[in-house]
Amino acid sequence: MGMAESILLTIATAATPLLIAAIGELVVERSGVLNLGVEGMMVMGAVCGFVAAALTGSPWLGVLCGILAGALFSLPFAFLTLNIATNQVATGLSLTLLGLGLSSMIGESFVGSPGVRLPNLFIPGLTELPLVGRLLFGQDPIFYLSILLVFAVTWFLFKTRTGLTLRSVGDNHASAHALGIPVIGYRYGAVLFGGACAGLAGAQLSLVYTPQWVENMTAGRGWIALALVVFASWRPLRVLAGAYLFGAVTIGQLHAQALGLGIPSQLLSSLPYLATIVVLVLISRNRRLTMINTPASLGRAFVPDR
Amino acid sequence: MVFVQSSAETAGPNLLEVRGLTKIFGTLKACDGVDLTIAKGEIHALLGENGAGKSTLVKMLFGSLEPNDGVISWNGEPVTIASPSMAKKLGIGMVFQHFSLFEALTAAENIALSLQADTPLSTISAKARALSYSYGLPLDPEALVGDLSVGERQRIEIIRCLLQTPDLIILDEPTSVLTPQEADKLFETLERLRAEGKSILYISHRLDEVRRLCDRATIMRHGKVVGHCDPRQETPSSLARMMVGSEVKNAERPPSAASGEEILGICGLSRKPAGPFSMPLKNIWLSVRAGEVLGIAGVAGNGQGEFFEAVSGEARQEAGDAIRIRGQQAGRLGISARRLLGAAFVPEERLGHGAAPRMKLSENLLLSRHRTDRKAFIGTGGFVKSGAIQSAAQRIIKAMDVRKSAPDPEAAALSGGNLQKFIIGRELDRQPALMVVNQPTWGVDAGAAARIRQALIELARGGSAVLVISQDLDELFEMSDAIAVMHNGELSKPIPIAEATLEKIGLLMGGAEPGHVHVSAETA
Repeated sequence: MGMAESILLTIATAATPLLIAAIGELVVERSGVLNLGVEGMMVMGAVCGFVAAALTGSPWLGVLCGILAGALFSLPFAFLTLNIATNQVATGLSLTLLGLGLSSMIGESFVGSPGVRLPNLFIPGLTELPLVGRLLFGQDPIFYLSILLVFAVTWFLFKTRTGLTLRSVGDNHASAHALGIPVIGYRYGAVLFGGACAGLAGAQLSLVYTPQWVENMTAGRGWIALALVVFASWRPLRVLAGAYLFGAVTIGQLHAQALGLGIPSQLLSSLPYLATIVVLVLISRNRRLTMINTPASLGRAFVPDR
Repeated sequence: MVFVQSSAETAGPNLLEVRGLTKIFGTLKACDGVDLTIAKGEIHALLGENGAGKSTLVKMLFGSLEPNDGVISWNGEPVTIASPSMAKKLGIGMVFQHFSLFEALTAAENIALSLQADTPLSTISAKARALSYSYGLPLDPEALVGDLSVGERQRIEIIRCLLQTPDLIILDEPTSVLTPQEADKLFETLERLRAEGKSILYISHRLDEVRRLCDRATIMRHGKVVGHCDPRQETPSSLARMMVGSEVKNAERPPSAASGEEILGICGLSRKPAGPFSMPLKNIWLSVRAGEVLGIAGVAGNGQGEFFEAVSGEARQEAGDAIRIRGQQAGRLGISARRLLGAAFVPEERLGHGAAPRMKLSENLLLSRHRTDRKAFIGTGGFVKSGAIQSAAQRIIKAMDVRKSAPDPEAAALSGGNLQKFIIGRELDRQPALMVVNQPTWGVDAGAAARIRQALIELARGGSAVLVISQDLDELFEMSDAIAVMHNGELSKPIPIAEATLEKIGLLMGGAEPGHVHVSAETA
């Protein structure tokens, strides 16, 4: 395996959790809900995925548990913000705090235990191709799922009736209600999907990226995913670009640190954030397009008048 | 006035029958035992002042509000309409007064959302285009709604409703954003639908339309039905009397006393669009002289809001001489500086823009006048003279006959009309040399509207310049000495009131060349 290929592989592995969590949050925000609990749902997915895999020995069961944990953990948020119209920002923040605490408690006895890694794909002949073989045909299943997810969500949002309805709910919930669209039902669906995605992203961390459990192992990735959604102006393909850019600069600066270029390491560590923000701001400088894609009722509680 | 015992005289089967419908918000009975019957194939008018309960009633019929009491029968069967989707299943369609469109979606997508779930998305564009032409309301299905004018949005609302082929169509003030010509086309469509056996419930403030179009009328006041009549047998003033319960006087306009001195001069004002959905202003020239009332007509969303912001100083200009107030360059000045030059401004949005909703009237007075009346309201050391403010607030309340529940209530506690009287009075109290008002009587009932118009005319006759931006043509004809029309961000030359006709103004509103009405168009 060449140097370039191994760098590209690490970039994909680093970008995948950001991509999955951000795509999930994108659907949530397109429905008009701002869930700041991504970090919390992600860390819950990581710990539950790891524990399930460690107890049963099956990483597949671990992935499934991670997804379920994320979705389940988003339920209280959905109930509070949608049914009793609490403030979405505050509720999302508490979800993150709760998730960080709860995951530490659940995973306490698993710190340092050996992990189970999800196996990589292996197709005889194809995977052994030089340069692109490992990249295209030899990665873990979650990588393929993440790419599939981007295109599936794009198709869903812009080509299906349900997707159109979801966007309409995010644009103007009062009008959607007046048309007879079940606003709260759609938002429940979106929040649960976002939770499942965050859970999957967490499971990727503890079953693929670094197959072990460490407290707070999401390390702020949930927040980066949230920022990616905004800077990508709520468009799935831009989220893909942003996630990979972030992954690339993260890996690149690690290599730069190893080479010892004499640049302060703190500056290098901040580079992925800077680069992603600059590039995404540049591509979203068309204000008109950004405004059109911004869900107009984002973060506003919906209370139907009866 | 012919009083008809509800449903007793209508021969055919009734499509809709409502008995004793009541809706209570807190302690207010918005609808109090309302009876209403609509026969098949009739256009039924629902009349009443603001706050009479018309919108509450139709919202209950459309399932977006739940009645506290009463029975709704549809084709003779009692029904419970629990949601808008149920209303649609029964065959009730509604065109809302406040738009219920999605700005970030295209016209076709907006229409698709209210059609049957099995309609393929790809065919909707063609269907919408065909239907829009057949009803004389042409429409580009691929356009983003946010980019469309208010009149075009109204067309989408109407077509969306018609595509569902409802048996009963509820129209809530459909013509308030249409030009007279567009409204004519709508009436033809409605008459065609009536001939097809559809029923229409028509809510409007425009009594001429009601007399022309409607077969029967139900009149509401304070949440109760106060009468039924055949509008074709009535005059606009007799209908108005039934709605208000007392005589409504038109404002008196003594001959103009324009002295010729220019108070507001606008020279080549242009403005880039402020947001993705806002209108640019294109090279506007205007002069308002002392003693005159100048009206600006136009269909909503043609740049009036942007124009008001530019004149009031909410949006400053790069060139100082684009706007001159009493000869001084004011283009680069902010609101307070322009006020100090003797100008006063009343924006369109009362709550949140004209007044801070949760603050008392006296506090709102201080907010807008602490710079211009510094000596009167602010004492030594920057302390507020609350006594002086209180007495000024009471003076305004008395002068404008503001009706309120407490001595100094919060702005949000007042009804729209009374708050508007206070806001106008607050500016008039300064005796400004220039008064700029955007939509002075929007959503204000007839009595308060007459009071406001009279006060503005009196201000002008006292030697001030008054600029009124309004969508209400009757109001502009009643008040103005000259009317200019804004269309697509451009302003026509002012037409002196003696030469202005409804047709001329209507054509300009629809986009005829600014200032030059063609002879052929005039006779059309």
